[in-house]
Parts: sequence; structure tokens; C-alpha cells
Amino acid sequence: MTALAILIVAAFLLFVITLWKRRSPAHLREIPAFTKLAHTLGLSIEDGKRLHVSLGHGSLLDARGGSAFAGLALLRNIAERTSVSDMPSVASAGDPALGLLTQDTLQAGYQAAGVEDAYVHTMGRVTGLTPFSYAAGAMQIPQNENVSTNIVIGHLGPEAGLITDAAERNNINLIGSSDNLTGQSILFANTQDPLIGEELFAAGAYLNSDPAHAASLTVQDIFRWAIILILLAGAAMKFVGAI
Amino acid sequence: MRVFTAIIAITVGILVLLGYFLPQAAIFQVILLDWAIILAGAAALIGILNLINVHADKVRRRAKDSMYSAILILGLFITFIFALFLKPQNVYVQAFVLKGIIIPVEASLMALLAVSLLYAAVRLMRRRADLMSIVFIVVAALLFLGSATLPFGDVPIFGTLVRPWVSQVLALGGARGILIGVALGTLTTGLRVLFGVDRPYGGK
Repeated sequence: MTALAILIVAAFLLFVITLWKRRSPAHLREIPAFTKLAHTLGLSIEDGKRLHVSLGHGSLLDARGGSAFAGLALLRNIAERTSVSDMPSVASAGDPALGLLTQDTLQAGYQAAGVEDAYVHTMGRVTGLTPFSYAAGAMQIPQNENVSTNIVIGHLGPEAGLITDAAERNNINLIGSSDNLTGQSILFANTQDPLIGEELFAAGAYLNSDPAHAASLTVQDIFRWAIILILLAGAAMKFVGAI
Repeated sequence: MRVFTAIIAITVGILVLLGYFLPQAAIFQVILLDWAIILAGAAALIGILNLINVHADKVRRRAKDSMYSAILILGLFITFIFALFLKPQNVYVQAFVLKGIIIPVEASLMALLAVSLLYAAVRLMRRRADLMSIVFIVVAALLFLGSATLPFGDVPIFGTLVRPWVSQVLALGGARGILIGVALGTLTTGLRVLFGVDRPYGGK
């Protein structure tokens, strides 16, 4: 029942704060990786180069689906903004269901930009069905397809190192975050501006003016402070021998 | 049509979620998850067709490194024919495909990764010379020193005191902090999808 209570409180807060954010837009702290990404989106169109979004191999049927959905929210935004480019963005996935959603998300972005005819279904690709086969397929894209920036976002483990290495060897900008601790540490060591932990889920809020995305960040902050207070209270009670 | 798909997705999402809390909804949850598993299986087939399509297109266009694409398609068909006639559980298929190709190739990719990660750690200071990078490298060096297997056993102090303290107190605390952040992010992302704010199944 605790889980249900947390869920109801989170849903209620998300709803109320979304309404509030519609009236007063959010002021978000600067995250260098997202500033760079926003800058890169414009530059890639001018340079005639494409962006590659690596969405990892998170299955949608388990808890790893959260990072996959966060990546798809970012992809939707990127697809809409870069659809008019001569070199449209491509996305790779290592899970078949995620691959289908990748294609659907790209198509939705093209529809929203009013250029649905320009959409080609091979822009969203399944490059492999195991972590390493996915990475082996995804690392070919920055090498061969005139990519200016590689965005690695989703569930990736140590195999993220192969993708980042391919990007590094081709002098490609790299922005990355993973919900997996090993993948996270590899991306920290390999990217210019790393994204840590929950920053992965903030991509939508930073690139999209949708109040629900900004509201979800506020809800995360409220819960984070509640957890900190509970941990401190627990430590204090243990210290005085109350529990 | 888009409204219709959104209604179906939201209803199914709510029913599956309720199945975790209400026994009455658990039956719907089981049925819907069974359907999802069947659809995921069908998606795997579509994913493989997509893979063939992308690489066949590269071969047709004679794009850069299209030779690898040709090898991939050839390998895929050979494996398919082998497994079709001999069945996937056949010992020869397993010995040839799994133990002979997939496992050695993935192991060599892992070995390649070890080298590239070492190189990445060296490049880190050149790429981003800040406090966090220094902490990252110092901690990695301490842990390597503490884990080193020497003829006389663990390195004194590093192996017995520093490494356990760093990995079981500092690193574990940090890892839990990151995982709590990821869990909160997953919660709010899931709620956005459930409310139909984010619609990865098409349209806005």
C-alpha cells in the first residue's frame, strides 16, 4: 500500500504542478550538456550533418523502460527540430519493441513539423538484439553517416564504451547518460559534459517548453527532499536509540 | 485515430498498474502482459527485418563499409537455415553459432572495451581538467591498487582498508543516490506516459 500511496501522491503533485507551471514558466538551472545539445541542434542543420541518437537496449516490459521513454521524449523533440535538414537525424535501438517506438516517434516528429513525406522508416533502426551486437551496429553510424553529434541516452552498460570510442575517433560531439551505473561511469569518463543520474530524465524539460516535463522535475525534487529528510530522521533516531 | 490509440494505451496502462495493487485487476494484468510478450516477440521479427532492410540498402548503394553489411546478411541467413533444419537446440548449431562465433566475438569486444576504457581514463584529464575528473582518476587508481593481486597477497592498507571503505561506503552511497534519482525519474516519466503527455506510440 506504501507504493500505491507514493504513486497517488506523485500523480496528484504532477497534475497540480503542471497546472501551476502553465501560469508561471519554470526556471531551470543550467546543465552544460543540454545547453550544448540545444546549440548542436541548430548547428547540425547549418553544417549539413546529422545527429545520431543511441537509445540503448532497455526493454519496455521492465523497469529499464523508464530511461527508454525518456530517450524517446528527447528523440521526438530532435526529430521535430531537425526534420527540415538535408541530413535528418537517425536513431538506433537494441530492443525490437523500442525500435518500433523509435520509428513511430520519429514519424510523429516529422508529422508535427509538417514534413511527413520526408520521413524514411530506416531512420529508426534496430542495430542488434544483444548489448554488444547493438553497440557494434550503433558504432558504425557515426563512422559512416556524416554525424556531427552522437547522443547516447537510455539503458546502456559497458558496451557504451564502444559507441563513445567510435565517436571519439571520428571527432564527433558526444552527449550521454545511462540509468545503468557501469554505463554511467563510462559515459562520465568519455563525454565532455556528462549527465549524472536523474539528469537523463530532464532532457524533455530542457528542450521542450511543455509544463508537464518541468513539473515532473519539481515532483522529483519534492520526493528527493522527502527521502533526504526521512534518511536524516532515521539516522537521528538510530543515534538516540529510538529505533 | 490518435485519440483512439491514446485512450487504449492509457486504459491498458492503468489496468496493468492496478493489477499490482488490486487482486480484482490482476487477471486483466496477466492477460495484457501475455499479449505484450506476444507482441514483443512479433516486434523481434520486425526488428530483424528492419536490420536486413538497413544493411541490404547499404549493400545496394555500395555505401562505405558495405562489405560488413553483406557479411551480416549472409551470416543471418546461414544461421537461419542451420537452425531451421537442425533446430536451435541442436548441439552442432550451438557449438558452431553460439560457442564458435557469438561468445568469442562478444568476449573480444569486451577485451577491446578494456583497452578503450583505459585510454578514455587517460584522455579524461585532457578533455575535462576539473575537480571531479581528478577525484574520478584518484579513486580508480586507489581501487586498482587495492584490487591488485600480488605474490604476497593484498597491498597493505590499500587492499585491506582503503578499497573496502571507498567501495562499500563512498561508492555505495553515491550509487544509491544515483539509483534513487533514476527511480524518481522513472516514476515521473511513467506517469507522463500514463497520462498521455508523452506519447511514444505516435502523434501529439
